[in-house]
Amino acid sequence: MSALEVGQVVAEKTYTLTRDSLVRYAGASGDFNPIHYRDDVAASVGLPGVLAHGMLTMGTAVQPVVAWLESADGPGIGAWVTDYQVRFTRPVLVDPETGADVTVVAKVGQLDADAKTARVDLTVTFGGETVLGKAQVRVAWA
Amino acid sequence: MSPYLVGREKVREFARATSSTSSLALDPEAARAAGFADVVAPPTFAIVVQEHTLQQLLSEPDAGIDFSRVVHGDQRFAYTRPIVAGDELTATLTVASVKSLGGHSMVTAESVMVDGAGDHVVTAISTLVVRGDE
Repeated sequence: MSALEVGQVVAEKTYTLTRDSLVRYAGASGDFNPIHYRDDVAASVGLPGVLAHGMLTMGTAVQPVVAWLESADGPGIGAWVTDYQVRFTRPVLVDPETGADVTVVAKVGQLDADAKTARVDLTVTFGGETVLGKAQVRVAWA
Repeated sequence: MSPYLVGREKVREFARATSSTSSLALDPEAARAAGFADVVAPPTFAIVVQEHTLQQLLSEPDAGIDFSRVVHGDQRFAYTRPIVAGDELTATLTVASVKSLGGHSMVTAESVMVDGAGDHVVTAISTLVVRGDE
């Protein structure tokens, strides 16, 4: 445990989302919209290809923060995510062969050391562009 | 509507599908050692319960929604406590607002989820954009 500061990067990670990841997420979440696994359906509604579920990107992007909260570098005992919000600003196109590399940088945006809460802001990019806007994770600890 | 029973393997499956390495989500022993009754669901797991509720609502024949035209605009989860395997969650879905914007409709739906004792666990707020005919 170390003293937290606003602006501090607490986690950074790149995930490769593949078509396998999308099928796995569809089953795990119950979201079987075919634009997330069928190129023909994606094309028929005017999409450039199969897209990752926004919720897959959202669910994956918070994991580096969860890992940080549970680690020895975390803010404190019992640290957990109390609130998490995102705006889906750009789609993540998943190539059938190479997938899509999504990078997450998690930075402390706000800190209340007395209340033992913080807001962690996520910057989530794919192909050099931001895919989630106003991605904020509120955390609390004991 | 019957409650959604959060299963341990569903939590683990969802955790793996979102690249979680959390021992609290994946390992019941670790979760118990930390004081939880069972594995702790990842922060976006509530979407599974909401999806379950939405499917029931949107499969109504008179809902008239063409899914290929629905785009997820934004999503938020506000928790009172984490979801833990074994929870029986009941979601109450309300449409908070409907706005028209240049031929599109923006629907904000709110699912308030309570546990078996009736205590609040999480509220999931989704904004869906239904694209109009172009």
